[in-house]
Amino acid sequence: MGTGTGIGRVRGLGSAKEGAHHWLTQRYTAVGNLLLVLWLLFSLISLPGLDYDSVVAWIANPLVAVPMMLMLVSIFLHLRLGMQVMLEDYVHDKGLNFLCILLLNFYAIGGAAAGIFAIAKIAFTGTAE
Amino acid sequence: MARTSSRPLSPHLTIWKWGPHMAVSIMHRVTGNGLATVGALGLVWWLMAAAIGPEAYATFVSCATSPIGYLVMIGLSWFFFQHLCSGLRHFVLDMGAGYELRTNKSWSIGVFLAGAALTILFWAYIFFGKAF
Repeated sequence: MGTGTGIGRVRGLGSAKEGAHHWLTQRYTAVGNLLLVLWLLFSLISLPGLDYDSVVAWIANPLVAVPMMLMLVSIFLHLRLGMQVMLEDYVHDKGLNFLCILLLNFYAIGGAAAGIFAIAKIAFTGTAE
Repeated sequence: MARTSSRPLSPHLTIWKWGPHMAVSIMHRVTGNGLATVGALGLVWWLMAAAIGPEAYATFVSCATSPIGYLVMIGLSWFFFQHLCSGLRHFVLDMGAGYELRTNKSWSIGVFLAGAALTILFWAYIFFGKAF
């Protein structure tokens, strides 16, 4: 690794000046997950039932749909950052690592979009019938 | 990374005596990546099934409430509570606290106990909660 000097950065070996951002965002989203996933779990065990009608009616409530959407953003951002570190540690081949990070980005953004769209559809249209 | 084969490696996994702090550290990674893949996909599947309609939702419920489904959900909940507790341990370590050997060891064991206890309480409430 470079020393973070000018020539080190020119050679692509120095500090990218992004490490603290990654580290901090991992922690911000960790707090987000802590609050929002606990909220989801407590809500699920408090609901009268987890059948289709109860769940759809519950998600359609704006006070549920909004935190649920925020939870998906927090979860998928957190897992994207965490899995990136895992891939950087274990996938040593540069090309393969690049491919893994690419697929990870597709997974994280695609998963979040799918989840948020599902919530939006339930919130805006209610039941399917 | 390229290295000359004649040069010595720094001491690695094989040389250290295994301790709870090491176990809680690797479990943080294992549980995190388990939740990131199986957990996140399960969550999106549940939401998508609810958005698509009653038939899709019925398929999800029949999978989730099968014996394997319960095993996966109990496993995921344990992974979540374990990851939550070791994540809180990381916040303490981030502040520069808890590095003394004895403190670190006892908190590491505490993380495993708390993760398991929360999982048991969670499922005890689900199965027996209405009777409480």
